[in-house]
Amino acid sequence: MAVEKKYRLRELMICAAAREISDGDIVFVGMRLPLIAFVLAKKVYAPNAVGLFENGIIRSTPSPSLIYTMGDTPNLIGATHTGEMLTVMAYLQQGKVSVGFLGGAEVDRYGNLNSTTVKSGDNEIRLPGSGGACDIASLAKKVLIIMSHEKDRFVKKVNYITSPGYGDGGEWRKSAGLRRGGPAAVISTKGIFDFSPDGLMQVRSIHPGLTANEVQDATGFDLPMPNEVAETQPPSEEELKVIREYDPAGFWTGWNSKKRGD
Amino acid sequence: MPVSKLISMNEAIERYVLNGSSVAMSTFMEQMIIYSAAHEIIRQRRKNLTLIGPISDLLFDQMIGAGCVSEVKAAWVGNVMMGSAYQFRRAVEEAVPNKIKMTDYSNLTMALALHAGALGVPFLPTLSTLGSDLLKENESLKEFDSPVSDEKLVAVEAIIPDVAILPVQRCDETGNAHLWGSLGVSIDAAKASKIVILVAEEIVPPELISSDPGRTLIQGFQVSAVVHEPWACHPSPMQGYYNRDDSYFSEYHKETKTRDDFENWLGKWVYGVENREHYMSLLGEEKIKSLKIKKSALSVPVDYGI
Repeated sequence: MAVEKKYRLRELMICAAAREISDGDIVFVGMRLPLIAFVLAKKVYAPNAVGLFENGIIRSTPSPSLIYTMGDTPNLIGATHTGEMLTVMAYLQQGKVSVGFLGGAEVDRYGNLNSTTVKSGDNEIRLPGSGGACDIASLAKKVLIIMSHEKDRFVKKVNYITSPGYGDGGEWRKSAGLRRGGPAAVISTKGIFDFSPDGLMQVRSIHPGLTANEVQDATGFDLPMPNEVAETQPPSEEELKVIREYDPAGFWTGWNSKKRGD
Repeated sequence: MPVSKLISMNEAIERYVLNGSSVAMSTFMEQMIIYSAAHEIIRQRRKNLTLIGPISDLLFDQMIGAGCVSEVKAAWVGNVMMGSAYQFRRAVEEAVPNKIKMTDYSNLTMALALHAGALGVPFLPTLSTLGSDLLKENESLKEFDSPVSDEKLVAVEAIIPDVAILPVQRCDETGNAHLWGSLGVSIDAAKASKIVILVAEEIVPPELISSDPGRTLIQGFQVSAVVHEPWACHPSPMQGYYNRDDSYFSEYHKETKTRDDFENWLGKWVYGVENREHYMSLLGEEKIKSLKIKKSALSVPVDYGI
């Protein structure tokens, strides 16, 4: 990349995620980048979006200051409800949640996610596990996946299905008993991807400065590409301002630190 | 006069948390995590515990590393701010300091398991985990055909912990407790468990509790012991009292990467500590001051008048 960019990759990903939130959406807010995507969406795109946090918090405004976990004290200031996990999970299971965000160590071509255990040679590496991810993947109307794009993360078949995507394609979700949902898009460090009617991941856009070949080379399966590949829209000044005001030290975005970076 | 249930943490753990007990802890998720009780359990060298909780942040990691645990039933074990928890990984991957059995739940299935325990029913149905490997590998999740409709469901088997250890903002001496903020699965954990130990930031008169019964989320008749121990949840936050000690989580991540480093950490912060008061003195006044709530945000009182 010859041209020095005015933004960090993580900021671009936050913008891409925020643009997927529509006004009035009920959003299951995850930590890290989705947390800031919710803040950005609220301030720019979706002023009437409502955020659900699985520890039992419901907010219709962003938290007044940066939080590192959803249980941080500022996340209760100005909340519309605080209570039990089952209250927010009830809305998720009913089908009232428009969008939920997920990450993982591995994603496959059908959008199945693994955040439980991966193989490294003969060894298993134990990851933290599902948390609410499996619930969101099973029950939200729409799932957005946010992850780092590397060949050993974008794999043919995940080692463990923590969060079901489209299974092995076709009518798999329906036959598994899942009533709705599935991944709508993957926002990676290299591009944005969506899914064919058969549930196969395909390129929607590639981030500025990257070629289709570079993206394919970083992917462990064949990625269908359109003839003319679109470029992901970079963050606007307004978007960057909101992101940087919320995370001034760049803890989650890395924008203010040489060490963390992309 | 009702009998006071006030005892020390040392006594509560000695009496109620036995080798082999199943213990629900850190049921509030990332806030109000009862580290003081975990440290006392470690000091009393309990073995073969089963830990139950959705997300524990570092509490499970510390107890696993100290060799107290043989089984974990949880949705997520790690360092919420930093990622991996090294003692948990070492136990699962290398059986150090001992092998543990990990049973993976999702947050909702953990909540339902405790809710089933609270309701006194053997299971509750859910639409979550269908098609996942959690369903395949967790024997307490079983797919079945709905008896009232044409669809697949998952039965989540009830969990009835031997003990729940729960921090509360305030309670009376018999254990009627006021809690506020995000509660995770704590109320169901209290209802489901055979023994409940409360760890209160403040002990208040029964009249104060009954002045606002809508906030009494744990009943005294459920509670076996009440421990009065301020700051019991440091480094996690307690709404209205103290904030999260963020730097602790990044430092712990650095300081416990190797087994030797973890043992040093344990020596300094657990074995070398007598009780919570001693722990707070080691933490130091400056740190405590920096974490204390600076600006109250009082709710408007409600009127229960007749």
